[in-house]
Amino acid sequence: MFKKRLLAMVLLLIAIAIGYFVYNSETNPDSRFHFKLGLDLSGGTHLVYRADTNELQAGDIAGAMEALRDVIERRVNLFGVAEPIVQVEEGGIFGGSREERLIVELPGVTDVNEAVKKIGETPLLEFKIGKDTTGLTPEQLKATNVNDLFISTRLTGRYLDSAEVLFDQNTRQPKVLLNFSSEGADIFAEITKANVGKILAIFLDGVPISSPVIRQEITGGKAEITGTFTPNEVKLLVRDLNYGALPVPIELVSTQTIGPSLGEVALHAGIKAGVIAYIVIALFLLIWYRLPGLVAIIALAIYVALNLALFKLIPVTLTAAGIAGFILSLGMAVDANILIFERLKEELRRGKNLDEAASLGFSRAWLSIRDSNLSSIITAIILFWFASNSVIKGFALVFGLGVLTSMLTAITISRSLLRAILLRDGKVGHFLFSSGVSK
Amino acid sequence: MFIVTNRKFFYAISGLIMLGSIVALSIWGLNLSVDFKGGSIFEVAYLGDKPSVDEIHARLKSFDLGEYSVRETGESGYILRMRTLDEKEHTSILNSLSLNGKEKLEEKRFNSVGPLLGKEAAGKSLISIILVIVAIVIFITFVFRKVSEPVASWKYGLITIFALLHDVLVPAGVFAVLGHFVGVQVDTLFVTALLVILGFSVHDTIVVFDRVRENLRINHEYREKKPFDVVVGESINQTFVRSINTSLTTILALVILYFIGGEVTRYFSLALIIGIIAGTYSSIFLGSPLLVTVEKWQHKKPGV
Repeated sequence: MFKKRLLAMVLLLIAIAIGYFVYNSETNPDSRFHFKLGLDLSGGTHLVYRADTNELQAGDIAGAMEALRDVIERRVNLFGVAEPIVQVEEGGIFGGSREERLIVELPGVTDVNEAVKKIGETPLLEFKIGKDTTGLTPEQLKATNVNDLFISTRLTGRYLDSAEVLFDQNTRQPKVLLNFSSEGADIFAEITKANVGKILAIFLDGVPISSPVIRQEITGGKAEITGTFTPNEVKLLVRDLNYGALPVPIELVSTQTIGPSLGEVALHAGIKAGVIAYIVIALFLLIWYRLPGLVAIIALAIYVALNLALFKLIPVTLTAAGIAGFILSLGMAVDANILIFERLKEELRRGKNLDEAASLGFSRAWLSIRDSNLSSIITAIILFWFASNSVIKGFALVFGLGVLTSMLTAITISRSLLRAILLRDGKVGHFLFSSGVSK
Repeated sequence: MFIVTNRKFFYAISGLIMLGSIVALSIWGLNLSVDFKGGSIFEVAYLGDKPSVDEIHARLKSFDLGEYSVRETGESGYILRMRTLDEKEHTSILNSLSLNGKEKLEEKRFNSVGPLLGKEAAGKSLISIILVIVAIVIFITFVFRKVSEPVASWKYGLITIFALLHDVLVPAGVFAVLGHFVGVQVDTLFVTALLVILGFSVHDTIVVFDRVRENLRINHEYREKKPFDVVVGESINQTFVRSINTSLTTILALVILYFIGGEVTRYFSLALIIGIIAGTYSSIFLGSPLLVTVEKWQHKKPGV
């Protein structure tokens, strides 16, 4: 008996620790483990673009999509949004043809117009001449805006034909070779002639990506960018230059914006519904199942703490549907307890003593708990795989996790707790373990 | 035993309800949301005085929108539904609605889905429903593989399909009625609700079948010759309280979600409530009595 009670105490302490983690990580603003809220709760914009890959060879599509994602990601990062999501998705399997899509999620951004404009615009490749900075102290230099240090030139990405990776034959250093169009070659020659010794910086989307020094006038429309690059950096730079424009044309096919107030209302409503649902279920369990009911209430509290902790650790992005799924799972989580307790009562009625009835209740109910929960897990997996949007994916994840943890809490944990408090047979014991309607 | 002996009565009730659902679905169909049809939906709230519906129509007059709908929501808001819009149209419609910023308004949500994307979502939904049903039937056939007397395990699976169809048809029928008379739309969340109902209902059905399985084994071990219908009847009685109680706790949670869980999940919870009631009903009054019916059929056929 002592061992059983010790085990129950340890379980309770672990549960309290988990609960404390959930509470503490939410109230502490510096914690890494805040709940991740979906766009429908935090407010924001969800955009779906279709990429037109008709012009591409099948083998090039994956590379082009990756380049597209990087370009868009860079632009999205310019917004200063916390945790934007940019991802490639393959769709259209039901329409017959394959379709490449790009999903962009911008939490907190509700000015779609501005967002769409920034994402859709052609990135700018610019060549700028560095100003003379000899008169400035390093402090002054630091304080100056990067754009004030450079003068724009006529030369832009429009005049660039292609860029390629080269390796210096002597130093084995990678470098970038730029090939200009004939018009670009003339402008380039003109600029380099006038600015020998100065910096010619290359800007992409307003960000300097390389700043070589002009050594002499360059004619013939070819230029090399040297520097201390790693081969990987050079590769990225060349790709940026070649794909300065979007590598694949894109078209906006779906927009979804949720204002911040609507999200907040949905969040509060969800939390409130969850708390009330818990209280109502707890009351029901207590009235109907008495002492085992109390055990089920504690097991359910542990279930809640465990799931919330998992949501934080995995992390699961919570949506309104996800919260609804969790509340639904509260109702379903007690199912295993109900099965066990009904079985326990039945065995008591057959004249078994409390101890036997309890262990029979658990062992006999196990098969149906296992089989029915497995079918729920199958449903969750299919839901997750075939989810047409992130809302449903979130729901499926919450639902599936709930089924798994409910098996742990409703069976293992409530068994340990129930064993720890098993009473001697007698009127009191039988009363406490019987239901509200039986004798 | 009451349920098994009066099974024809319960079949009749289920039959009538299913027939009603099929009729509602075939006359009105489901009112599909932009998730499936493509199109766009606005929800705006005016911070000051709200203009009248006619005024809204007047402000949208200059746009080529085809058919669109305007519905009031809350005290200060409107929900507008129209064809798919691109970003330019979206912005200029917002501008006209606010008279270029003269009347302050908040755009609570905007959702525009291309028609192809909608079709794809509908296709995916249908496939996932079918997949869930097929997977569940295979699963049940597997789980009950050792039970072959007197009813083969695949028949348990088949009966489950029938019960599942019942459970999906009932909420779909109710939503066809709601869609026609109240304008309730069916979105991807509704499909999720249907899938959860499938999972829940199987849950229920398995618990009863499991008890039948156990009682058949006990019957066999003790060499009792209880007829099959008695075994099924007892199994239903033994699991009755559990079925009702589990559904009750779940429905309690859902009713609370319905009333205070917010606009987004309101009809989601309603679909679940209807489906879970249907599912509980079907596993007690439809699924298990059908086992008895199937067994009686086998007797009628000579040589089996």
